[in-house]
Amino acid sequence: MSFPLLTLTAAVPAAGAILTAAVPAARRTAAKWLALLVSLATLVLAAVVFVRFEPGGERYQLTESHSWIKDFGVRYELGVDGIGVALIALTALLIPFIILAGWHDADPLETSSKRWRPTQGFFALILMVEAMVILSFEATDVFLFYVLFEAMLIPMYFLIGGFGDRAHSGSDENAAAQRSYAAVKFLLYNLVGGLIMLAAVIGLYVVAGNFSLTEIAEARANGSLEMATNTERLLFLGFFFAFAVKAPLWPLHTWLPNAMGEATAPVAVLITAVVDKVGTFAMLRFCLGLFPEASKWATPAIIVLALISIVYGALLAVGQRDIKRLVAYASISHFGFIILGIFAMTTQGQSGATLYMVNHGISTAALMLVAGFLISRRGSRLIADYGGVQKVAPVLAGTFLIGGLATLSLPGLAPFVSEFLVLVGTYSRYPVAGIIATTGIVLAALYVLVLYQRTMTGPVKEEVRTLPDLRARELAVVVPLIAVLIFLGVFPKPLTDVVNPAVQHTMSDVQQKDPQPTVPNVEAAQ
Amino acid sequence: MSATAVHSLWTTAAVEPLNKIPAPHIEYTQLSPVLIVIGAAIISVLVEAFVPRKGRYVAQVFLSVLALAAAFAAVVALAAGGYGTTKAQIAAMGAIAVDGPALFLQGTILLASIVAIFTFAERRLDPADHGHKVDSFAAEAAAVPGSEQERAAVKAGFTTTEVFPLALFAIAGMLVFPAANDLLTLFVALEVFSLPLYLLCAVARRKRLMSQEAAVKYFLLGAFSSAFLLFGIALLYGYAGSVSYATIARVVDGAVVSVDPALADTMGNDVLLLIGFAMVLTGLLFKVGAVPFHMWTPDVYQGAPTPVTGFMAAATKVAAFGALLRLLYVVLPGLTWDWRPVMWGVAIVTMLGGAIVAITQTDIKRLLAYSSIAHAGFLLAGVIAATPSGISSVLFYLGAYSFVTIGAFAVVTLVRDAGGEATHLSKWAGLGRRSPLVAAVFAVFLLAFAGIPLTSGFSGKFAVFKAAADGGAGALVVVGVLSSAIAAFFYIRVIVLMFFSEPKADGPTVAVPSALTTLTITAGVVVTLVLGLAPQPFLDLANQASVFVR
Repeated sequence: MSFPLLTLTAAVPAAGAILTAAVPAARRTAAKWLALLVSLATLVLAAVVFVRFEPGGERYQLTESHSWIKDFGVRYELGVDGIGVALIALTALLIPFIILAGWHDADPLETSSKRWRPTQGFFALILMVEAMVILSFEATDVFLFYVLFEAMLIPMYFLIGGFGDRAHSGSDENAAAQRSYAAVKFLLYNLVGGLIMLAAVIGLYVVAGNFSLTEIAEARANGSLEMATNTERLLFLGFFFAFAVKAPLWPLHTWLPNAMGEATAPVAVLITAVVDKVGTFAMLRFCLGLFPEASKWATPAIIVLALISIVYGALLAVGQRDIKRLVAYASISHFGFIILGIFAMTTQGQSGATLYMVNHGISTAALMLVAGFLISRRGSRLIADYGGVQKVAPVLAGTFLIGGLATLSLPGLAPFVSEFLVLVGTYSRYPVAGIIATTGIVLAALYVLVLYQRTMTGPVKEEVRTLPDLRARELAVVVPLIAVLIFLGVFPKPLTDVVNPAVQHTMSDVQQKDPQPTVPNVEAAQ
Repeated sequence: MSATAVHSLWTTAAVEPLNKIPAPHIEYTQLSPVLIVIGAAIISVLVEAFVPRKGRYVAQVFLSVLALAAAFAAVVALAAGGYGTTKAQIAAMGAIAVDGPALFLQGTILLASIVAIFTFAERRLDPADHGHKVDSFAAEAAAVPGSEQERAAVKAGFTTTEVFPLALFAIAGMLVFPAANDLLTLFVALEVFSLPLYLLCAVARRKRLMSQEAAVKYFLLGAFSSAFLLFGIALLYGYAGSVSYATIARVVDGAVVSVDPALADTMGNDVLLLIGFAMVLTGLLFKVGAVPFHMWTPDVYQGAPTPVTGFMAAATKVAAFGALLRLLYVVLPGLTWDWRPVMWGVAIVTMLGGAIVAITQTDIKRLLAYSSIAHAGFLLAGVIAATPSGISSVLFYLGAYSFVTIGAFAVVTLVRDAGGEATHLSKWAGLGRRSPLVAAVFAVFLLAFAGIPLTSGFSGKFAVFKAAADGGAGALVVVGVLSSAIAAFFYIRVIVLMFFSEPKADGPTVAVPSALTTLTITAGVVVTLVLGLAPQPFLDLANQASVFVR
């Protein structure tokens, strides 16, 4: 038996979560350091996975397979393809920064009871989410994936509802009510999506008799497993609905602004940069992999929804008065791009979408975490409460600008590469969709630059005058993220090398070839 | 109808010469689990009569736990001896089946009863009264609440140790109920476990009036449903000329070897069959708490002493579903096409009804009552599958569910204020901040009720839904999934309340329980997690146990 590397990448944060939770109430700082070390150890393991993975080799590598629940035809099956590797790397990369950024977010109030241990809980929950997300990127058994997809809601729910943003307007009670509203909305939306997927998972079992992604795909390819057209479409819709809620796709997106607005900035990053990626990842792996025909059937509708997400999210971002909600709507717009890239069914589109998942994670983390530092200084999320910050805290403003520029896909920063690929990939098959999507970029420039202008430039507001600049801990969060953004912006090859073969496999799943570039018929014109 | 054309069990017996009546043949070994519990119950009555008041509590607890453990050991020995599979047989002159489902359910009932008895015996939660330790039961059940007599009883340190023999009798009835192989045994078992339960409901120490009201309601409605059951039995006897499951099944299938004139007269009469069957079904659906026969559940669950509620919610449900399974799968497989549409309807309204009404509840015990109704609906979805995997999934679900339920009600007994248990939901606000461990444990139970993956609730729900989908009831799965989503809302609401609300200044305190309740809750948590993470061994067990003997 080979070394269970993939299990280990998930088991380390899971064990770390349990240990962190067990740290005594008085040793808060020890719990923080423990969590940070565990997340760094996970990063090392993820790096090993990245290196051990051979882009040109088998589709699923480092596989593990054990019997789990024989009765349900469920196996504990793991394996990664290039897309999974890239997203595991993203997750493992972001978690240490999330932990570092949230270092003081869960310190107990003076008035709290002695037995209440929020700090230990906060970091344990983050590590638990990390473990589940990583394992869900590795699962090649549909049931195992489903279990993780649902189970990760619970720690997320406690992170959103239990550790709200201390910066809020109004009374404590009001804030608590809004926070628990956001947490419940998050949970219910995702739970309903998940339960509908459960019906589809059971349906898949009735049709296919097992849950192994590879076995089902193989059986479908060689014709031993036939699905009636309607069955396939219904199952596809069951799966897609859950992923579209998670992703989130318009019109199922309304939980995201609430959740990101009320959660602390690091948790908001965890939601949008890490957990939501499971949704788009699953579209690629499960929707296209298991139901290729139905995916093609649904493509026009999904492309329309993705376009609406892009434009609608961007428009609402322009109109936001709350910094965190602005980032949330920008994310909705970006998820529209990712889904557009996936369902354009071209190599460029899908590689672009995968890169987009990684780059969006890093750029949003940079922007949101700096925004979080800013908000924690001033104690307000409203854009109107800021002004002239760049004169008071130039480093903060500068890093905020870079995060913003990454969000609007400035060439030279990583998101540009992916956004360009998505647009090119879309244009080659659906020119009109490509053109409409481009407006999303224009609007992105608007909401990012207006945000920067209103908060950072102009006359210095009275309340802002005393804001300190970024501290060492905060710099340690932001600087590496920006370095990665620049590195992947000018040299995306390590990532594309890993991703491209996986995308080729997905393309062959759906039996799609890239459309040949056509040249206008010159001879006929003469 | 001529005189001969009447089924004549008694008249023929009377005409026969006396020496021809065979002595009943009883297989003592195979019936040992039931016999042990009944024997212990009788000894327990004697203990009540002869052991001095001081020693009774210890003697009763010791005797009950010992008897239940011994009975469980007997069940295990029988199962290991192959009585669940190859040696499955009908014992006691055709009255009782000893087969896989019977042994599995008896084992489940016994285990659940042991942990429930621990909560019965808990005496640490309430502060001592006049220097006497008190449990959840009234000092003197016969005393009028608030009367001088009651005060005297409390002062003298009386305790109602009668609950132990009552519980033992109830358990004995529950053990027979899923194993009953003729309709009369079924009825007798039903009464044997119901009557003690009516009494147990009435003896709460706190909120006596509510407790007595619950008992009266339960008794009246229960008696009503028993009457239905009995009338149905009479009609089925009129139809088939026998109360034996096997004979009725043969008549329904038209596979009778020798048809006497009386039978020839009635066996074509579908009216007798269908009405009789519907009435028997009504009696059983009442016991499982399915809509529209669920009205008693919230009141009784709320009013009964909480340990009794937990015991009732778990063990009664197991026993009643066992009997329902046997009836549908052994007696009436020939009628599957008739009962499936009806049960479809019942399952759908039960799932949706339980989930929707639960949303508006403000009392934790009523909430759990409605949740138990919704769960009965999920179980019915598995029953409807009418396949072996349907049986095994229901068996598994029952095992998983009973431990979650007993654990959850045990936690309810811990949260107290000056008036006893603080069951109003508003009082649970902020519990997670004051007692993180208790709140976390309760959250685990709630998540299991909601069927979140990695808990036993999910494994059970998945098994049941898979069986239903396999059996062609895809629409039921969709309704089940939707009502799970609705149900999730109110489970989550309690979690929100416990963890995300600020504790109130005059909120309840969490009593520190003795080892007994701790053991109950621990068992609940362990079973919940183990069946969630590694359910396969137990699914195997349920699979092996999924064949009814005919």
